[in-house]
Amino acid sequence: MPEAQKLEARRLHLRRAGRPVLCGVDVAVAPGRLLAVCGPNGAGKSSLLAALAGDLRPETGAALIDGAPVAALGARALARLRAVLEQAPGLSAAFTVETLVRLGADAVPESPVEPARLVAEALDAVGMSAFAARRADRLSGGERARAHLARVLAQLRAGEAAGGGRYLLLDEPTASLDLAHQVTVMRAARSAADGGAGVLCVLHDLNLAAAFADDVALLDEGRVVAAGAPEQVLTAPALTALYRAPIAVERHPGGALRIAPDLAPRRRSAA
Amino acid sequence: MTAAADPSTLAHAAPNRGAGLLGLLGLSVALLAVAGLALGPVTLSPAAVLAALAGQGEPMAEAIVLHIRAPRVLLGLGVGAGLALAGMALQGVLRNPLADPGLIGVSAGAALGAVGVIVLGGWFMGGVPAPLRPWIMPAAAFGGASLVTAFVFGLARRGGAVSVPTLILAGVAVNAIAGAGVGAMIYVSDDQQLRDLTFWSMGSLGAAAWAPATLAAVCIAAAGVGLARMARALDLFQLGERAAFHAGLDVERAKRRVALGAALAVGAGTAVAGPIGFVGLVAPHLARLVVGPAHRLALPAAALLGAGLLLAADLGVRLAVPPAEPPIGLATSLIGGPFFLWLLLARMERGDA
Repeated sequence: MPEAQKLEARRLHLRRAGRPVLCGVDVAVAPGRLLAVCGPNGAGKSSLLAALAGDLRPETGAALIDGAPVAALGARALARLRAVLEQAPGLSAAFTVETLVRLGADAVPESPVEPARLVAEALDAVGMSAFAARRADRLSGGERARAHLARVLAQLRAGEAAGGGRYLLLDEPTASLDLAHQVTVMRAARSAADGGAGVLCVLHDLNLAAAFADDVALLDEGRVVAAGAPEQVLTAPALTALYRAPIAVERHPGGALRIAPDLAPRRRSAA
Repeated sequence: MTAAADPSTLAHAAPNRGAGLLGLLGLSVALLAVAGLALGPVTLSPAAVLAALAGQGEPMAEAIVLHIRAPRVLLGLGVGAGLALAGMALQGVLRNPLADPGLIGVSAGAALGAVGVIVLGGWFMGGVPAPLRPWIMPAAAFGGASLVTAFVFGLARRGGAVSVPTLILAGVAVNAIAGAGVGAMIYVSDDQQLRDLTFWSMGSLGAAAWAPATLAAVCIAAAGVGLARMARALDLFQLGERAAFHAGLDVERAKRRVALGAALAVGAGTAVAGPIGFVGLVAPHLARLVVGPAHRLALPAAALLGAGLLLAADLGVRLAVPPAEPPIGLATSLIGGPFFLWLLLARMERGDA
């Protein structure tokens, strides 16, 4: 069934600590597409990602991976099909970056590709090859985020080589990164999608969403309020209503969208 | 100084170097074992020890080596390795290098089970078939250790590491509860039981005979084999339970297996040798220093270091004031207590305690 080839939330309801956080969410990402999930703090973006990753069980509705309920699959089977980058990933041991990324490469034991090769390629993809022998618990915030992204990319590639590796879920992968590294990370996500994986990426930065995503879903208070191509979804009226603050959207001559809070200058002038 | 020039940020042991280091540790343990057979109130030459082991020594030397010292060395090896493996496994799941079977109360749970059998055993031992009787005390100790491990792992909620204050306070509570239980047992025990209990509760390898030493060694070997297979799971736990699940680990099953292995190792050792503190803290710490933090090497290194530490401590107490023999638990606590304080203060200074 070709229509089942996607990672999908269907009429998904979810409660956390007794409070409803997702109320009938429909979202889907197909292989080869990059879906950005955006919205204000507390809109339910991370909960949606957690439900699709298999961390949280939906109250009603379903999270489906290629037609199968995520909750019915075991950890091993899920690890072969999808890789997940948590928000603010941590590490409690003094592993080297190489050992850390190797944890991802080894997540799919049936992968025919040499783990050392997966590690080297993943480190290269995020510009961290020179850091392989460094201690992963002593990296700067940006380096740590990229090292964990490399771990997740290695798992995705290992899964792909074993006939899975179909989806990549990233929870705010650009938080705590400087501008150049934000672009490095989004390029890596984009090339994963171009390589055939379905990528779901929770993003706060709407400019990155506009630049890299095929589709954007806007979440507000546990509901999808808009979904579609970035130019259709990311409009000044829709964003102003969503964030309850004036948002300006401009189209640059090159065609790229520029989205920013519409601020009247508040600084005292130099004169 | 740039980060790249700081050698402490560079890679830990490469695989070949790791295997070499394990070999060296193994050799040291073997030498300590021979020393354990040779030294004591009666000093024997290595040649005499080997002759006795081969059954060709003098009757006196043979009696000392085969009936007194060999079971004691076997028990030391087993208890040391078991405590070290349990410590490393608990530290891995709790993501906290200060977790020690003694500090967090696993040993106390085992002790309560064992003491219960010493004091109350007279009531029900008669109903137990004779071949099963030697297993009752280790089984009770295992039960107590399992209960405490399950409780402590319950503190490690999904995704969260257990903070040092939580861990220590939980340990204080568990140790207090188990201590009250042991106190109640002491209150109802008779004079002979009281004497048994007092020496047992300070921890000693002195009571070693072949039967209990073999029983403990078999249980600990089984636990060790089980825990050795958890190396990758323990590595993944360092990412947090959620990320470990994302990387394909059945987190709850892995926790159950680790708990089972740790409780078996601590329970069997405690039943026979009494509660021996801090080996489960010191040995894993040294293992990480020597071979790095990846569990594939660190687990076997910790087992060897734990066995070596306990053999060395036993030699120490045997040779300190011969022919008297202070309990080995006193020696390990005397060394391990300050070591723990030092680790705690170092972590507090760095702000991550």
